[in-house]
Amino acid sequence: MSGYRLDEGGLIDRSRRLNFSFDGRSLAGHPGDTLASALLANGVWLLGRSFKYHRPRGIWGAGAEEPNAFLDLRLGRRQIAHCLATATELEEGMMARSLGGWPGRRLDLLAGLDRLHPYLGAGFYHKTFFRPGWRFWEPAIRRLAGRGRIDLAGAEQYRSAPIHDRAGLLVVGAGLAGLAAARAAAEAGEDVLVVDEQHLPGGGLHALGRAPDGTGARQWIAAQIAAIEAAGGRVLSATTALGVHDHNLVSLLRARGLAVPPRLIELRARRILLATGAIERPLLIGGNDRPGVMSAWAALEYLARYGVLVGRDMVLLSGNALAEAGAETLRAAGARILVLDPGSDPVEVLGRRRVRGLRIGAKQVSCDTVLVSGGYSPNLALWCQGGGGLDWDQEAEAFLPGSGPGTLAVAGAAAGFFDPARALEHAQILGRRLSDPDPPSGSLPAPSPAADIGLKRLRPAGAGRRWVDLAADVTVAELEEAAAEGYDTVEHLKRYTALGMSADQGRSSNVTGLELLARQAQRPVPEIGTTRFRPPYRPVPLASLAGVQEGRLLAPPKRMALEPVHRDAGGALREYGGWLRPGWYEKRPAEAIPEEVRAVREGVGLIDVSPLGKIEVMGPGAARFLDFVCYASIGDLGVGQGRYSFLLREDGSILDDGVVFRLGPRHFLLTCSSAHAGAVLAHLETWRQDVQDPDKVFLHDTTGRWQSLCVSGPGAREMLAALLPNIDLGAAGLAHMGINRGRFDGAPARVARLSFTGETSFEVSLPATPARALWRLAIIKGARPVGMEALDILRAEKGHVLVGRDTDSETMPPDLGFAAWLRKKPSPYLGDRGLVSEAARSRDRRQLVGLRVPEGAAPLPVGAHLVAGRQPRSQGFVTTSCLSPALGRPVALALLERGRARLGESVTVWHLGKTRGAVVAPHCAYDPKGERLDAK
Amino acid sequence: MQLFPCPFCGERDEREFHFVGEAGKRRPDTKTLVTDKLWAGYLHVRQNPKGPSREVWRHLTCNELFVMERDTLSMEVLAITVLRKDAAP
Repeated sequence: MSGYRLDEGGLIDRSRRLNFSFDGRSLAGHPGDTLASALLANGVWLLGRSFKYHRPRGIWGAGAEEPNAFLDLRLGRRQIAHCLATATELEEGMMARSLGGWPGRRLDLLAGLDRLHPYLGAGFYHKTFFRPGWRFWEPAIRRLAGRGRIDLAGAEQYRSAPIHDRAGLLVVGAGLAGLAAARAAAEAGEDVLVVDEQHLPGGGLHALGRAPDGTGARQWIAAQIAAIEAAGGRVLSATTALGVHDHNLVSLLRARGLAVPPRLIELRARRILLATGAIERPLLIGGNDRPGVMSAWAALEYLARYGVLVGRDMVLLSGNALAEAGAETLRAAGARILVLDPGSDPVEVLGRRRVRGLRIGAKQVSCDTVLVSGGYSPNLALWCQGGGGLDWDQEAEAFLPGSGPGTLAVAGAAAGFFDPARALEHAQILGRRLSDPDPPSGSLPAPSPAADIGLKRLRPAGAGRRWVDLAADVTVAELEEAAAEGYDTVEHLKRYTALGMSADQGRSSNVTGLELLARQAQRPVPEIGTTRFRPPYRPVPLASLAGVQEGRLLAPPKRMALEPVHRDAGGALREYGGWLRPGWYEKRPAEAIPEEVRAVREGVGLIDVSPLGKIEVMGPGAARFLDFVCYASIGDLGVGQGRYSFLLREDGSILDDGVVFRLGPRHFLLTCSSAHAGAVLAHLETWRQDVQDPDKVFLHDTTGRWQSLCVSGPGAREMLAALLPNIDLGAAGLAHMGINRGRFDGAPARVARLSFTGETSFEVSLPATPARALWRLAIIKGARPVGMEALDILRAEKGHVLVGRDTDSETMPPDLGFAAWLRKKPSPYLGDRGLVSEAARSRDRRQLVGLRVPEGAAPLPVGAHLVAGRQPRSQGFVTTSCLSPALGRPVALALLERGRARLGESVTVWHLGKTRGAVVAPHCAYDPKGERLDAK
Repeated sequence: MQLFPCPFCGERDEREFHFVGEAGKRRPDTKTLVTDKLWAGYLHVRQNPKGPSREVWRHLTCNELFVMERDTLSMEVLAITVLRKDAAP
């Protein structure tokens, strides 16, 4: 092969030059070139080495079907691995690097592997590298294969936000059939979108030269696009349909040059028309992988689109009129071309790093390019992805679209219409039908692919080594060996030999391989079957699929109404359970946190607990509903009273905990953990709507409506009484677990008395504006702002659990010491049966305990295992651990098998290979009698 | 990505929905004796049919539950029914 650029012709802009390099050599092309056409125009024919045998490889095709021409590219600071040269638009300054060869593509010291080919047959890796294990060998073998290098840092930045779009009719492929159908549909009033993967629309029509009516390709294409756009339709080029997914969602990837990350379009189409063309198949002749053996159609594409003749002395081996007509075009452009019919003579390509000739039987011809056409396979990957079936056409030896979903249709060569005039007629009728809400019955024209192109099958006899799949480096001999070893179904064959498993998904090789297998097994091709086509149609950067959905954009934290107040107070905002909350205030954490803890224990602390879930339950069925979903009895609560309760799952495990207050006879308030509010609401709604009477009970999530400030400490009552003079906070008027309502600053306010810290605490709930005022007043009166870190220590000292931290998906209330209601409750409730299951009755349940460490020891690591026994195994783990400022020693909570029966026992704490000792203790380390709950 | 019809909000992307469970499952009366086998069946055994199936789904944005009949093979949505008594036909 020695390609060159013609002085005229093609769709490129010869007035401008684009400089690029290949393996360090400076070359030039023109705008409109692909990397492959620019390389061919410069006479480059060796693009790299093959995957397994390190054979020299060139270019086979002219588009997405290309199995060989993968290159690593660098453009500016961007490095992109494994780019398909035939589908990459040339840009100024591109630096391309060949793959597979070591040290390079010309001198490849690994080429010796090819000599070993008799030993590297089907399943070679499976048969050889199983001892000591594939993982041992894999890194070295991967290096030998020499695929592209990934630039991880660059890939991270190669992102773009996806676009969501919709269309009445999506037409994939802007060739003759696609444009004709799209125009017919658009002019009938349909909302049409045409996408085409190439940079210039037109598909194979450029290579054909003329439309069936005699108009030149360029004028015809321009006229169709103008008509589509005039009728309100859209045409997008350089946009590849990657996949057809459920309910007609189509993923499209729009390329805008390598410098800009490609953009994903998620398009929902009412109907989809696939005009994806056909792919030329190779011929199984000896040495058919040599650089210079090329698809005959690709040579026409290079001539028509880029003004490049791929060789000077060509031989065409074909058995169809389409390719033979192409030979005339190439001859007219100045190539010497010899059309040969080998019959059944053995054919072998001569040459090593490039084609030098051809041997047919006893005859020898010298040439620099061998064009082959082994027939055409309709490109039906998207059709199959969308649920379409395949019918085998024995005459054309090709799969044609069979029955499929009603919203999917196929036109043009993809549907088996290889004759342009018939394809056009069929596509126009189809386009009108697809846009008709009430389409006429009656059959469409039927394809006759073999007759369209006068197909005559060529079966040259074997001579030398013949390749079926160039990308995965699979030969005829390997397929035959695999079939002889019993791997004779397509799925086994594929996995055993890697046929069709490369980045090209076997576009040019699948049908050839199937046919070969069918002949070997003496079974019809449909019985052998075809492998599944899966998205994406073409390799796609993972960053394009991920889009911008990461970090904060994937899961944005919830923000509190008083966030500005916390910022002003020097709050260090961190994420806690999905909310952005102050961890501590003002100073360094090591200083601030113990001070905040001390403020609550000795003075007054002020904690913003607004994210606490606040779900109101209303209606005549509210009490009954709560009795069913709560572990505790709720119906017997008086107005103004509250009760601590768990919400259980059906298996008896704890979903969440909280306090239920009765605000009125038919009005309750359920509080739940900040992080679980959404899950709790969903859980309650399920039981309300699916099981209970949804007309008698209503749920209302008021979490965002009320800000909650917790005033906690020995001085809390005195300070708050001055700020809320019209609400009774006295020990008699507001008992522990009680709730009073009143007003503050003209707004409604609720004060609940409960305590997470162990000190006298009041939780004041009120709207955002008065909440800000109350916060400021409390600070002026001397309350100290307290962050989440200090709160965590305060509750740990008291042994109060955080559901999800100190419990896991198996923890039940009795494991935490709550068993009182288990038998007492008269009505059925969620989890009741689960609490008497075999698992619940087990003696080895993990129970909540505290842990004490020896004098002077550091806090235990959270997550450390508690091990015991002669054969040590984990009997539990540390769930919470911190240094208690009040006690001056570390405190820890843990879940431990039979823990409550083991108080005082020594356990071994294992963490990352190191062990320490600890003693099992009651979970409440501070003020175990609760005397501080009601301090003055 | 499937399109599911919420009876209250219309056709929406499947990401707006959560699967709740198989439709028609009745909770055994836990005030009577419920054998381990019956309970395990209620908790864990699902029909999981290949083809038409009846399921309860939740539309996350309006928090309403409804019964959706769909074909698990062809992914076609066959019918939807609201769970509310007053809205039922």
